[in-house]
Amino acid sequence: MNTISDELVQQHGLSHDEYARILEMLGRVPTATELGIFSVMWSEHCSYKSSRVHLRTLPTAGKRVLQGPGENAGAVDIGEGLAAVFKIESHNHPSFIEPYQGAATGVGGIIRDIFTMGARPIALLNSLRFGPLDDPLVRRTFAGVVAGIAGYGNSIGIPTVGGEIGFDDSYTGNPLVNVFCLGIARADEIVKGVASGVGNAVYYVGAKTGRDGIHGATMASAEFDDKSADKRPAVQVGDPFMEKLLLEACLEVMRTGALVGIQDMGAAGLTCSTCEMGSRGGAGVTIDVSLVPQREAGMTPYEIMLSESQERMLLVVRRGHEAEVERIFEKWDLHAVHIGEVTSGGRLCVKHHGEVVADIPNAALTDEAPVYRRPMAEPAYLAGARQLSLAALGPPPPAREVFRRLLASPAVASKQWVYRQYDHMVRTNTLVVPGMGAGVVRVKGTTRALAMSVDGNGRFVHLDPFLGAQLAVAEAARNVACTGAQPIGATNCLNFGNPERPDIMWQFARAVEGIGAACRALDIPITGGNVSLYNETDGRAVLPTPVLGMVGLIEDAATVVRRAFRGEGDAIVLLGAGRGELGGSEYLKVVHGLVRGTPPVLDLELEAALQRLLVAGVAAGLIRSAHDCAEGGLAVTLAECCFNTGLGASVEVPSVDVETAFASVATLFGESASRVVVSVQADRTAELVAAAQAGGVPAAAIGRVGGERIRIAMAGQIAIDEPLAEAEDIWSRVIGGYFDRPRGAA
Amino acid sequence: MKFAVVVFPGSNCDHDAYHAVKHVLGQDAVFVWHKETSLSGADVVILPGGFAHGDYLRTGAIARFSPIMQEVRRFADARGPVLGICNGFQVLLEAGLLPGAMLRNRSVRFQCEHVFVKVEQTDTPFTLGCRPGQVLKIPIAHGEGNYYAEPAVVERLERNRQVIFRYTTAAGAVTAEANPNGSVNNIAGLCSEARNVVGLMPHPERACELAIGSADGLVVLESAVASVTQRAVAAAR
Repeated sequence: MNTISDELVQQHGLSHDEYARILEMLGRVPTATELGIFSVMWSEHCSYKSSRVHLRTLPTAGKRVLQGPGENAGAVDIGEGLAAVFKIESHNHPSFIEPYQGAATGVGGIIRDIFTMGARPIALLNSLRFGPLDDPLVRRTFAGVVAGIAGYGNSIGIPTVGGEIGFDDSYTGNPLVNVFCLGIARADEIVKGVASGVGNAVYYVGAKTGRDGIHGATMASAEFDDKSADKRPAVQVGDPFMEKLLLEACLEVMRTGALVGIQDMGAAGLTCSTCEMGSRGGAGVTIDVSLVPQREAGMTPYEIMLSESQERMLLVVRRGHEAEVERIFEKWDLHAVHIGEVTSGGRLCVKHHGEVVADIPNAALTDEAPVYRRPMAEPAYLAGARQLSLAALGPPPPAREVFRRLLASPAVASKQWVYRQYDHMVRTNTLVVPGMGAGVVRVKGTTRALAMSVDGNGRFVHLDPFLGAQLAVAEAARNVACTGAQPIGATNCLNFGNPERPDIMWQFARAVEGIGAACRALDIPITGGNVSLYNETDGRAVLPTPVLGMVGLIEDAATVVRRAFRGEGDAIVLLGAGRGELGGSEYLKVVHGLVRGTPPVLDLELEAALQRLLVAGVAAGLIRSAHDCAEGGLAVTLAECCFNTGLGASVEVPSVDVETAFASVATLFGESASRVVVSVQADRTAELVAAAQAGGVPAAAIGRVGGERIRIAMAGQIAIDEPLAEAEDIWSRVIGGYFDRPRGAA
Repeated sequence: MKFAVVVFPGSNCDHDAYHAVKHVLGQDAVFVWHKETSLSGADVVILPGGFAHGDYLRTGAIARFSPIMQEVRRFADARGPVLGICNGFQVLLEAGLLPGAMLRNRSVRFQCEHVFVKVEQTDTPFTLGCRPGQVLKIPIAHGEGNYYAEPAVVERLERNRQVIFRYTTAAGAVTAEANPNGSVNNIAGLCSEARNVVGLMPHPERACELAIGSADGLVVLESAVASVTQRAVAAAR
């Protein structure tokens, strides 16, 4: 009989209590293979053991929901018999260790989650966070992540249609790479990750299994330290061509009716796919790992079960249909290998050349995995960080200077340098390209379009997790509403530090409560998502960063509006009202180097009314452009509406009532929520303002589109009056400036 | 009229070409799998964009060994109109149906953006509906579109009027700034000596509807229809 030392248990990231539980569940000492299987399935990454009790509180039901959390991805009904299948996932830890492959395999993983459901992926978005670009190591990470996303998405031919990028010191050693994918399926043909029907064949297809990525899931469940670079072998290498073959072949197999269920081998590879499929189907799975195609000689059952080699799928095929399935994979030069059977009894049984090396009840690995209600405590920093005394900052710089500095801030500046590297047009559906707020794709064969946005603001969550998370939901929904889309579903990616620290756990729990509250108020179900914990380096956590991936439906694709102003002489209307809130703002960060104060107040009833107004106003052809006020406030929003159009703007904005010295910057750069700058044909201004007031949304006509300058007046005084071309030039050059030598330079 | 869209395993603009032909142009379109040996009686052949065989070696380097390529060559030799778009252009270069090679973009990065190309010659099946000098707004999306050929070859291409599309400004000026990838002489597209095989890096199939940014590329496909009709009329005489 084998023995397992305490040290070995510890190396597997299992606690003493967890190991005791394994002994109890098995009624014996586990084999080495079994220990490995438990360690990955009970890792934070796979088991959600710290987060599960909180995630259960999220609203997941809705009249459009076809698939909620628990499957490979969520799905919502978009009409005409179709479903939008979507999910967001993180690949933070691998992307720090090996930026290109880490990001690339993140894209590959989320794409597999979508086509596994029987959906053809049609759009990708990503939400990224990095340290300051002045740091050469950060630039290397940034360039590598962008190239990795491009390398994978472009090859496989799925357009990247949107995203957001933020910067903060806390992400220097722990960047965030969250990738969102959306696909379209027939609503009645959604495929599940189930194994059922005793005697049905279990097939392995795709890339061969190598030693790469072993313990990737456990790596993602631990903090980083100065030895993290040594973990490079735990990062997998992506092969988008293999994935393209798998995508096409699997979609073809799904059309035959020969398939019972399918799941990709992502985190925890063959282990996770076998026990989860069995668990969902109420069945068991027996496989012989000696049949698994292997890239290297001499691999042990332990290694084969834990490998996270990319581009592999597990299929359960109806008995008698094996040849049909094999033929389709042959067509795509893929080899589908029959490695096992569905059994009764609900156990995962792993054999090696016929000899049993693991035999575990599925439930022990899935439903009965540990769940922790970890201790929580309000972080010590919070009370102090929420105190903001503007008076103590001294007089603010002139508005003109602040305006220029904000346009040059990487968080605000144009991301064209990045988006140009992503193929955002392939599949010829892209109606709104990246860098313009929500991305929009049409759904061919229908009149419809889908808008998607990924949003989160770590500073706001840091200063108030409950409110900050609500603001993330509101912003993501507002962004899709700005195109004319009705938000119909969301997915979330929750990036936090070490959950074993009570202050981090408190941030997490409060943020989840905030997401739940906002989603309930706006009637948006959460259909799934991903939790990434242990985002820390040397004991320092990232800003708590929940990212919302929002999906909105546009009934008539021809009505879509964009953020850019459209015509000289159009009236500019501000929907919503500013309160001059500077807490957690880009202004405070850029000008004073501070992350302080309280985030902007959010009135969810007003937010819902605003979004209803946007959707109705766009559908009626009244609203000609719409852009949400976010980082940099109203002044930056107005400038962004002018960029890429050649049209300037001249407005007079009502001054907000704050400390006199800051009245100007608070009005121009405050980040009050629930505000949108829209343009409307001048003779229909009154119609829009009346509709807004009828809906309970404050609205003010503030000026006109036109001219060659961006001119903003307050209380009869000109505050900003800049040539459009100069402002646009500043905004356009920032990101590229960190990477490209000026043209003509040696 | 029937267009064949050749599908290599890593083609990813095959659906876009099919959509443009079938649903925008209103012509018949069929997918032809690369392992097939017949073009299904097509009148026009399109080699679409993508990464034909993953292209980890050189773009398009392996595709020329696909069985269908023998048939494409026969079709081209018989003066049938063949259009290679992006990766399809790269495949035509590797297969020797057009001269020259592709280097990585001058930026050493993938670039996806709208560019302007000028139609230099209108006596090919894919430009006969254009005005001479017409400037088209069409997107590019490639990492290796920096066209290169030896100076003597470039000189011959220019002399034979085989340069069909050139990167220009919106006004049609051939400048260094308008060249997105460093291609020699701003070359964006070429034709064969017999003029029936055309390859270009920009994606006309992505520019067939105003809703997605431009409809300037439609004329390339419309030209093919006109060309096949003219050939049929000529043959009937």
